Amino acid sequence: MKRTPTLAVWKFASCDGCQLSLLDCEAELLAVTERLTIANFVEASREVLKGPYDLSLVEGSITTAHDAERIHKIRRISKTLITIGACATAGGIQALRNFKDVKEFVSIVYSTPAYIETLSKSTPIANHVYVDFELHGCPINKNQLLEVVNAYLNGRKPNIPAYSVCVECKRRGIVCGLVAAGPPCLGPVTHAGCDALCPSYHRGCFGCYGPKETPNTGSLTSWWKQSGMKDDELLRLFRNFNAYADAFRKESESHEK
Amino acid sequence: MFTVDRTNVDQLFRLLQQKGYTLIGPTVRDGALILDAISSASDLPVGWTDDQGPAHYRLRRRDDASLFGYSVGAHSWKRYLFPPAVKLVDARRQGRSMDCTSPSPDSASQGTPLKKYAFIGVKPCELNAILIQDKVFLGSGTVDPFYKAARERLFIVAANCTQASGTCFCASMDAGPRAQRGFDLAITEVAGKQHYFVIDAGSKKGTEILLELPHRKSSQQELDEAARRVQKATDQMGRQLDTAGVRDLLLKNPEHPRWEEVSQRCLNCANCTLVCPTCFCSSVEDTTDLAGKTAERWRRWDSCFTLDFSYIHGGCIRSSGKSRFRQWMTHKLASWNDQFGSSGCVGCGRCITWCPVGIDITEEVRAIRGTKRQEQLMHS
Repeated sequence: MKRTPTLAVWKFASCDGCQLSLLDCEAELLAVTERLTIANFVEASREVLKGPYDLSLVEGSITTAHDAERIHKIRRISKTLITIGACATAGGIQALRNFKDVKEFVSIVYSTPAYIETLSKSTPIANHVYVDFELHGCPINKNQLLEVVNAYLNGRKPNIPAYSVCVECKRRGIVCGLVAAGPPCLGPVTHAGCDALCPSYHRGCFGCYGPKETPNTGSLTSWWKQSGMKDDELLRLFRNFNAYADAFRKESESHEK
Repeated sequence: MFTVDRTNVDQLFRLLQQKGYTLIGPTVRDGALILDAISSASDLPVGWTDDQGPAHYRLRRRDDASLFGYSVGAHSWKRYLFPPAVKLVDARRQGRSMDCTSPSPDSASQGTPLKKYAFIGVKPCELNAILIQDKVFLGSGTVDPFYKAARERLFIVAANCTQASGTCFCASMDAGPRAQRGFDLAITEVAGKQHYFVIDAGSKKGTEILLELPHRKSSQQELDEAARRVQKATDQMGRQLDTAGVRDLLLKNPEHPRWEEVSQRCLNCANCTLVCPTCFCSSVEDTTDLAGKTAERWRRWDSCFTLDFSYIHGGCIRSSGKSRFRQWMTHKLASWNDQFGSSGCVGCGRCITWCPVGIDITEEVRAIRGTKRQEQLMHS
């Protein structure tokens, strides 16, 4: 019988929510284990098989010198490396520190700042090593995770479109809150993947999946400015889980005083 | 022409239901009019109308109890004839080959079983959009079996427009506000002290239903009043589009600086194409099960504003926002004529209303024509 490919799941600075999405797959997880050997997934099992591994899923961002080295070791022992979630693909919510001096935060937050060794910026994995595929989201959508694993197993391109959340809204027939007096919504500049979760509950899109392909954030904020929104409000809209993703970072910085 | 009183509208709905139709009509949800299953006249937006402008939609109370006193809502009817997702193929691995089957349009495996729909209150612009999609899905050499099956069993109750909005320009596109053809019944509502509908039958099915309803021959006064109300909608059109020579104008100006300017504003979010009642683009997506034993092929709504839509081996053909906006607008107003023998635009104004940054197709045509923007005509 053919050897089943081995899977490793790695954690860097993150909340574990994306790894949990894999455990959340429940019924489908059994099907996954029939096709993949879970070789190194400490959140699921204490049994760790030695690498190298065929597929590595990497969660979290690089925030320490130790992690910046560790990711290179992981890359060396991984045939295919896929990053999952906003931390791994954009630096995560912890990348808010990138806009300020981290030493100041450390001095306020920790009683003994001397114990804290951290890099000045939280950065995505792709800033450090070659990444085969990035799956966006905070957290990632479990169906999209299954699709990525499925595509990997079947040697095909994953169906993970990079267009806007608006496409998902319109397919679902959700009334656009941007036009019909709803709250501000980042849908037109945000990567699809959540199936328009927040708009389906009458909330604006928070941009959890990061910038979509060719995002035109400047046009959207100019429009909002005309209707009276202030720079500090606009800045906050883009300072979120994906604050350090290029397009969102540049947009928020353009509203800094 | 016959007149049916407001009190008999529910009788019309009951007759249609008895003949096996599922009624789809406008209804109020989440601050807008959407389309959904309805069962009686009270499900319609009774006494509501809408204010529409670029990136602006609000519902507002009317001072009467009209059933159809508004312009077009957030959804177009295409979602019932050309649904957002349709399964095209089921495939099963058989040793070294595979078995493929196409689900029949009637089967429930498409996601939703195909129903016999009666569309209630189709505005003339939208009726024209359906006639345009007929050419796309039935009349251009390749017949779409799902569209055909849904279309053949469809019953259309058109509602002539008595209220236009700030983004309406059907009169410019010769697509309204009065329905000319393609309906089973066409009604003009007169809501006031007396509340009645002047009804015209456009098909045998329509005549049969009308004859079963309590009706009378319309008086001249009723006809005049109905005509006056439709004329009011014509006068209310919030937008105009000068169609004279527009095909050549757009095809001869692919490098006009306006394309670059509008692309600076365009979000390429695809909203305009997805709300458009004639846009028909889709992509085909293959999925597999984890074991690779079965596969499915799905057709989903897509848009010329996405990069993947023009992706072929080696890259995306329309990588700039400018080229994507130009593709959409020139197809809609110019090359559509060459392809299907008419404009692809019916002047419903949805692309203007539902664009999150209010890009206005009529203004873009005017800019390329080089004429000065006319003062905005009165809002509804």
